[in-house]
Amino acid sequence: MNIERQEIEKLATLARIAIDESTIAEVTERLDSVLGLVDQLQAAETSGVEAVSHPMQGTQRLRDDEVSEINQREALQAIAPDTEEGLFLVPKVIE
Amino acid sequence: MYNLTVAELVKGLQSKAFSSVELTQHFLDRIASLNPDYNAVITVTADQALKAAAEADKRLAAGNAPALCGVPILHKDIFCTNGVRTSCGSKMLDNFIPPYNATVVENFEQAGAVVLGKTNMDEFAMGSSNETSFYGPVKNPWNTEHVPGGSSGGSAAAVAARLAPGATATDTGGSIRQPAALCGVSGIKPTYGRVSRWGMIAFASSLDQGGPMARTAEDCAIMLSCMASYDEKDSTSVDQPVPDYSSTLNRPIKGLKIGVPKEYFSEGLHPGTEAAVRQALADLVAQGAELVDISLPNSALSVPAYYVIAPAEASANLSRFDGVRYGYRCDEPKDLQDMYCRTRGEGFGEEVQRRILIGTYCLSAGYYDAYYGKAQQVRQLIQQDFTRAFAQVDVIMGPTCPSPAFKFGSKGDDPVAMYLEDIYTIATNLAGLPGMSIPCGMVEDKPVGLQIIGNYFDEALMLNVAHQFQQATDWHNLAPASIQQGAAQ
Repeated sequence: MNIERQEIEKLATLARIAIDESTIAEVTERLDSVLGLVDQLQAAETSGVEAVSHPMQGTQRLRDDEVSEINQREALQAIAPDTEEGLFLVPKVIE
Repeated sequence: MYNLTVAELVKGLQSKAFSSVELTQHFLDRIASLNPDYNAVITVTADQALKAAAEADKRLAAGNAPALCGVPILHKDIFCTNGVRTSCGSKMLDNFIPPYNATVVENFEQAGAVVLGKTNMDEFAMGSSNETSFYGPVKNPWNTEHVPGGSSGGSAAAVAARLAPGATATDTGGSIRQPAALCGVSGIKPTYGRVSRWGMIAFASSLDQGGPMARTAEDCAIMLSCMASYDEKDSTSVDQPVPDYSSTLNRPIKGLKIGVPKEYFSEGLHPGTEAAVRQALADLVAQGAELVDISLPNSALSVPAYYVIAPAEASANLSRFDGVRYGYRCDEPKDLQDMYCRTRGEGFGEEVQRRILIGTYCLSAGYYDAYYGKAQQVRQLIQQDFTRAFAQVDVIMGPTCPSPAFKFGSKGDDPVAMYLEDIYTIATNLAGLPGMSIPCGMVEDKPVGLQIIGNYFDEALMLNVAHQFQQATDWHNLAPASIQQGAAQ
């Protein structure tokens, strides 16, 4: 593997993680090492093998469309960084 | 009192040899005096514990006490506790006080257990040494220059140091079994779906599974009977009755077929660890078990497959930490994008960021089939290896990890060196199978773990075998010398 610095910057943007400029070389090197590990998968013979996404082959259960939880807006918003009149506040999006 | 097992404490409480308030105060005192040496407990809920203990004493006096009434335990800080900080070992959730209890927490409350506090862990359960915790590493009670393992290192160290007789933990790739092995305690990761994940902060949802840690298999059986349940709130919870795991502990194991995979005794295994595990197998043969050589040919692919699947799921699960609804938010964000990026850049530690980036890479356009799709196919191959093995044998055994506890910092800067610590434990998570670790020897004055892998929902058999081993051996009774100091008997 040889992942490029620009690729790390793109991934960081996709993942919404600010990476300090001074650590990018180190982050790149360590990520490259992990991708080298996972590249061992390419040697596995998997033609015709069904992919497994869930160990018990589970399916989503359905339930009746009934109210099961009471509204706890105040309790849930009490732990939010910033709220006003029952709304979560974030920095202005539209100028 | 601290040397008594959960089973003995239940008896002592019911026979009024001591009260739950006395017992709870005893463990709170031990935590106060010894925890500074180990950093195993990061939140102590003394007032709530004593109040719960007083309630438990009333129920004990009234004679209608549930299974764990008055027994003090600790919860890994990954389980949401109503009104008590649940940090998941991260700066991101340092200020997070959940308004609800995880199902596991509710189940222990129903069983009458008294919660002493919350245990330290690798950040978001990502780590095998507890070095990634925002609250600093947990120290191994057997030697404080060594790691306790991870991610449930706080729970394992707390049980080893007798700060509590039992604790909850979680296991995504070995996070119950590896720290149990390194700290010389017993721990079981049940079949995927056996224990509810509701209110357990998600790392990799198709792999995560909660389970108990204690000093003996018997205690794990008592705790798992309370901890496991079918839970409508967890869509992957399995609707099967929970057996009374204690009731089958005493079955003889004569004729038990133990599969010994050659891949688990390969290059990289510490010779002392191998000798201890081989001796344990010989001890089981002496009890009437039979060893069968087996092969799990795709074992070497389990670590690479895991480091695609777990980070991919983590990158999706951890997208919820965005500074909007709860948890950390960066100071003075200049716009929304800046708020997301700096909140996550400042709130997550290095290992968590790395795994999110790997997951993002493996799921991104053009790479999905080559990484994620391929890893899911390999997962099928690994599962088939086990299916073939369990057609021949009742349980599979080998070492829990390649060597005893290592020194802090000794895995260096390469993350892959740390990832290989879980080389024997990861495959069971990929397959969804139950796995257990029990103490089976000492190497360089540090404990060695014997891993027991069972077939789906065969926890009762695994606990039975582990209990029989512990009836014939004494490894689970050994205690680190340091825990005797500075505390009342």
